Amino acid sequence: MSETILELDGLTKVYPGGLKALDNVDLTVRKGEIFALLGPNGAGKTTLIGAVCGLVRPSSGTITAFGHDLATDWRKARARIGLVPQELSTDMFEPVHRAVSYSRGLFGLAPDPKRIEEILRSLSLWDKRDERIMALSGGMKRRVLIAKALAHEPDLLFLDEPTAGVDVELRKGMWAIIDEMRGRGVTIILTTHYIEEAELMADRVGIINGGKLLMVDGKEAMMARLGRTEAHIALANEISELPAAVARFPVEIEQGGTSLCYRGGDGTGRGKEEVAEITKALIAAGIDYTGIDVRESSLEDIFVSLLGEEQAA
Amino acid sequence: MIGWRSTWSIYTRELMRFLRTAFQSVLAPVLTTSLYFIVFGAAIGGRMPDLGGVDYGAFIIPGLLMLTLLGETTSNSSFGIYMPRFTGTIYELLSAPVGVAETLIGFVGAAMTKSLILAAIILLTARLFVDYSIAYPLLAVLYIMLVAAAFSLFGFILGIWADNFEKLGIIPMLFLTPLTFLGGTFYSIDMLPEPWDTIALANPIVYLVSGLRWTFYGSSDVNIWISFGITLAFLAACVGVIAYIFKTGWRLRA
Repeated sequence: MSETILELDGLTKVYPGGLKALDNVDLTVRKGEIFALLGPNGAGKTTLIGAVCGLVRPSSGTITAFGHDLATDWRKARARIGLVPQELSTDMFEPVHRAVSYSRGLFGLAPDPKRIEEILRSLSLWDKRDERIMALSGGMKRRVLIAKALAHEPDLLFLDEPTAGVDVELRKGMWAIIDEMRGRGVTIILTTHYIEEAELMADRVGIINGGKLLMVDGKEAMMARLGRTEAHIALANEISELPAAVARFPVEIEQGGTSLCYRGGDGTGRGKEEVAEITKALIAAGIDYTGIDVRESSLEDIFVSLLGEEQAA
Repeated sequence: MIGWRSTWSIYTRELMRFLRTAFQSVLAPVLTTSLYFIVFGAAIGGRMPDLGGVDYGAFIIPGLLMLTLLGETTSNSSFGIYMPRFTGTIYELLSAPVGVAETLIGFVGAAMTKSLILAAIILLTARLFVDYSIAYPLLAVLYIMLVAAAFSLFGFILGIWADNFEKLGIIPMLFLTPLTFLGGTFYSIDMLPEPWDTIALANPIVYLVSGLRWTFYGSSDVNIWISFGITLAFLAACVGVIAYIFKTGWRLRA
């Protein structure tokens, strides 16, 4: 198992006014992984990031990064953590190169023009290095924020909604950048509204709501545990009761007997196998069908279902 | 341990911000000081007697210097920390491995540097209108630095306290400038009738203007050591408030 680089233990944040933004959160993040934190607006994602990055004062609990307690030994820990905030917050009058160089110096590192050039080139910002940030497009500004966060060569990078408000093309570009950072060994914790993003990028996923971390698991494991297959089989002739041949499967009659609906499986492909068995059993029983629509549940379905259960509870 | 590279980054960035508006930053005090000298020095000053053996035109130089110094230092420093809070860029400072020492030396040091540059510009401008000499130049520089440091810290507190632009401007406009005008910038406290000469001593700016005037001409309304003592006490109080702000994260960290 990889080295633990971030550990939250009983992390709680209650804002003045009583809002509990984080409720006894325990989390371990391992070196080199991409961890996606999913949750609706106001779930506590940004507060969690803020608590680790020094923007929010935790009410209780401990945060340990790279073996340093952030309450007491914060300098050493913070020097290795980078943050790309959700908002496009930067000095808009500053040229790109100077803004990125400033970030490196702020984190206590000696000037290194070659390293800054590498970072700017990797983010396609080199040609824009002398331009004021205000003159750049939204996507470019976000890249500048990433460049600033990478300027001090962090081992752990927080990306708070890195693709919020950017178009599909840019979003894909951003994913490529994140992938490249992973390739360089940077551990990444990202929050996102786009489940597709987490599904594509993350090694592990945490689902947070109301300040509580509802579930943390590997993406594949989560899909296997909570994933489902849904199949709709359109029948050639209307039926009034479920054929005995398929009774052992989780199948229901729908649409007045013109269709069968299967909901089962576990996200590992077992559902598809069962659908195939059902179709064979129908043919063997002399029941003809005219079409099959099979759909695997996505991480988004799992996310929505988990939040639904949480609200119902 | 102080991170000097971080401190230098904050300091140089703040100075760069100043240089971006250098034309306005330099021209405004030159113009204002010139106007004061034309109005108070040439127009009115000619009809005024010498004060404590000092020509009236020369007498008002320390007061004018203090007037600009207090206003500019406070506003430079308060804007320096307020703008990152307002635009959200403060996240970078808060997430960096920098503490109160780096932040203060960076922001306050830059505000002090700007103030010293302005002080030099004002003194050079004054030279165009009035002939003067400074009795204790080293003490004058030390005193200007001390006042600049104290009001940079004060401005820093103001920039953290303010949650809108109105609040940011209200203290310099409604308190600092009037108190400086009433603090003996253009007159000696001795010229005031009773009880105003006594009441004037409740104005802390009187001690600052008086202290600087002493370093220029060797005489003033108030004992120089009282002026130094009050300036140091104000500086210490500001350091105490800032230490509290950083310890509690008041208005900085959620």
